[in-house]
Amino acid sequence: MYESLLMMFLAAGFIGAAAVVVGALLGPKRAGPDKLAAYESGLPATGTARERFPVHFYLVAMLFILFDVEAAFFFPLAVKFGMAPQFLFAQAIIFVAILAVGYIYVIRKGVLDWK
Amino acid sequence: MDPLWVTLIKAFVLCLVLLGAFAYMTLIERRILGRMQHRHGPNRTGPFGLLQPIADAIKSVFKEDIIVTNADKVVYVMAPMISIIFALSAFGAIPGGPAGSLFGFNPWVVDLDIGVLYVLAVTSVGVYGIFLGGWASNSKYALLGSLRSSAQIISYELGLGLSVLSVIMIAGTLNLREIVEVGVWTVSPWLWPPLAVAFVAFVISAIAEVNRTPFDLPEAEQEIVAGYLTEYSGIKWALYQMSEYVNMMTAAAFISTLFLGGYRGPYVLERLIPGSSEWPIIWLVLKMAIFMFLFIWLRATLPRFRYDQLMRFGWLYLFEVALAATLLTGAVIAFVL
Repeated sequence: MYESLLMMFLAAGFIGAAAVVVGALLGPKRAGPDKLAAYESGLPATGTARERFPVHFYLVAMLFILFDVEAAFFFPLAVKFGMAPQFLFAQAIIFVAILAVGYIYVIRKGVLDWK
Repeated sequence: MDPLWVTLIKAFVLCLVLLGAFAYMTLIERRILGRMQHRHGPNRTGPFGLLQPIADAIKSVFKEDIIVTNADKVVYVMAPMISIIFALSAFGAIPGGPAGSLFGFNPWVVDLDIGVLYVLAVTSVGVYGIFLGGWASNSKYALLGSLRSSAQIISYELGLGLSVLSVIMIAGTLNLREIVEVGVWTVSPWLWPPLAVAFVAFVISAIAEVNRTPFDLPEAEQEIVAGYLTEYSGIKWALYQMSEYVNMMTAAAFISTLFLGGYRGPYVLERLIPGSSEWPIIWLVLKMAIFMFLFIWLRATLPRFRYDQLMRFGWLYLFEVALAATLLTGAVIAFVL
């Protein structure tokens, strides 16, 4: 089963690599310093883009990890839900209730308010 | 199961079909958008502009392949490849028909027991292509585009993952083919309301995942030039376009498979022509076409979200609605059925 997956990635990888190689070989090569400069709306490029960026992005990524793990925990529960629906439903409610506390805290804290 | 070499051929054919479909989707999109905006769209290259995609392909191959001076060269070249590889591979798990219906072969490349997880996981690896591309370009616009894109995709990933849970609860499996065979809408009318909510939440999240209008902030050309694409040219730029459209097709096929009976035909037609719902490929393609049209239609209709609205919508509404639909499905299964 997983060998087939490998075949899929092989085919896709071949096409991706072939496209890049063909593009690099066939195109004209007439580059100069201006053409190869980063685009900054026509003005001379200043500095690099290796700058600090707002911590908000980092917070969102951290939140995502927390809540995506929550979603990941739900998957096995959902697959086997038919085995003991009422018991598992109670468990899901408790699980969600605990997470809801954190969720409300995060929102009150203003993590999702972009200024 | 098919022999390995057959799988390899199927994988190649699938990739080529997806790329061909991409080429013609660009034409169809431009024609439909033209119609919706009272203009013609491309109609000079061949009848109805049918040769336009070929002209575009030739042009993008023969364009100069620019590598920006400041760029991180290895990552800069790798990023579009990552994008296209994962975009194409994600489609492999989508079943195109019942077992053995395609000239005696199975109409899918790989039949995974964790098909749902596979498609979710591989499509979200695609964000690395976008993020690394923007970062490696070492250009401010590209960096902004890639940051936006990663923040957006991880925010909407939650809605996507949670709204799919209703279907899994009802079907009791992660195998896409088995989900189609169960037919989630046929289980009980009590499940229709939560399923409908989950369906809407899923479609919205899927549109956000593939960066289409109104969620196309990563490219927002009026604000940040072309986002992560700013410094790309020629075939690398084309690879990003390909992955966007292939991702759209995967999303359309994934929605159809989970919520609309995938490769199965309509019941009414099955009554009239027995066996018609066993035909491979055609029903899936028809259902995908509906969603592709929807994506294009939305692009012509809706303006773009502002960034803070986008984040608030994902975290405050979509997340909660998807979770509510899941719990409601659970309640119905536990206490009504």
